[in-house]
Amino acid sequence: MELFKIFKKQEKSKNVAKERLKLVLVHDRADLSPRFLDMIKTDIIRVISEYAEIDEEGLDIKLTRMKKDGDLTPISALVANIPLVKINNMDRN
Amino acid sequence: MENEKKGTAIVITSGKGGVGKTTTSANVGSGLAILGKSVVVVDADIGLRNLDVVLGLENRIVYDIVDVVEKNCRLKQGLIRDKRFDNLYLLPAAQTRDKSAIKPEQMIELINELKEIFDYIIIDCPAGIEQGFQYSIAGADQAIIVTTPEISAVRDADRVIGILEAKGLHNPKLIINRIRPEMVKRGDMMNREDIEDILAIDLLGIVPDDEEIVISTNKGEPAVIERRSLAGNAYMNISRRIIGEEVELLDLDNNGEGKFTKILKLLFSK
Repeated sequence: MELFKIFKKQEKSKNVAKERLKLVLVHDRADLSPRFLDMIKTDIIRVISEYAEIDEEGLDIKLTRMKKDGDLTPISALVANIPLVKINNMDRN
Repeated sequence: MENEKKGTAIVITSGKGGVGKTTTSANVGSGLAILGKSVVVVDADIGLRNLDVVLGLENRIVYDIVDVVEKNCRLKQGLIRDKRFDNLYLLPAAQTRDKSAIKPEQMIELINELKEIFDYIIIDCPAGIEQGFQYSIAGADQAIIVTTPEISAVRDADRVIGILEAKGLHNPKLIINRIRPEMVKRGDMMNREDIEDILAIDLLGIVPDDEEIVISTNKGEPAVIERRSLAGNAYMNISRRIIGEEVELLDLDNNGEGKFTKILKLLFSK
């Protein structure tokens, strides 16, 4: 295993910096408290669960900043990544 | 009111200290003056005065910004005229006071007065996001964020962008300072695109890490004046962009030279 490490290309340090920075900024930018974000998360799980089975471990909700289509001032956006295990077959009337 | 102007106030800020706010203020101020604009650079870093030495004007200070705000002297008495350009002035910081000496409302009043005299008011903001930062941004119409390609500086820049936005100072422009092209090439330093990608604001310019900045600071002559260096040229380009000219970014990979100059040099080098 150690041998493989030698051949494995060394990760560029700027990529390490960029990834670390992105993670740190997600938290910095979240002006909402972790508790508040957690409350949102719980509620989203509750609502989605009525329609589908969610992989709760893989659920990821975070605040980020993005530019809108018109290339205007960046705005805050709540990004939710909700892995669905199975959609509930509902009887649609 | 015959020569009443309506100048633009631009605050130079960064959050983190030591990224080049004062150097940028001195060079952009001088650059705008070279372009024929009337300019005042305001040192808002009360207690840690430095813009005077970077501009080589430290021996001419009589009054300072706090004297002006407290009305111990008239505004024009506080303004120091530059040695080289008679359309460039400095309003120095007070050295023996602290940041509590000025309130945001006083700063707004001062900047409004300066706007009637000058085309551009360049405010050199102190590091941090406390009192000094708060009054420095109070009277500004626009903001320039200075950062370096390091995690800590970019993080602080992001924080400052957020605060400016909340205070109603929209669309700040970015200067990335102290880029080292050889490290970028190696993949050991974030490049322009990486930082633009993260901060998501418009780029005003890139400035390479340059020994000439140290030398020019030693002498008290901003690098933009002689323009023997890449950094000096970078600051001139930034000044041109501020007045609305379209100038291409320096090509740092080729020492700032375009392909044509490079070919010429190759042809005539031997």
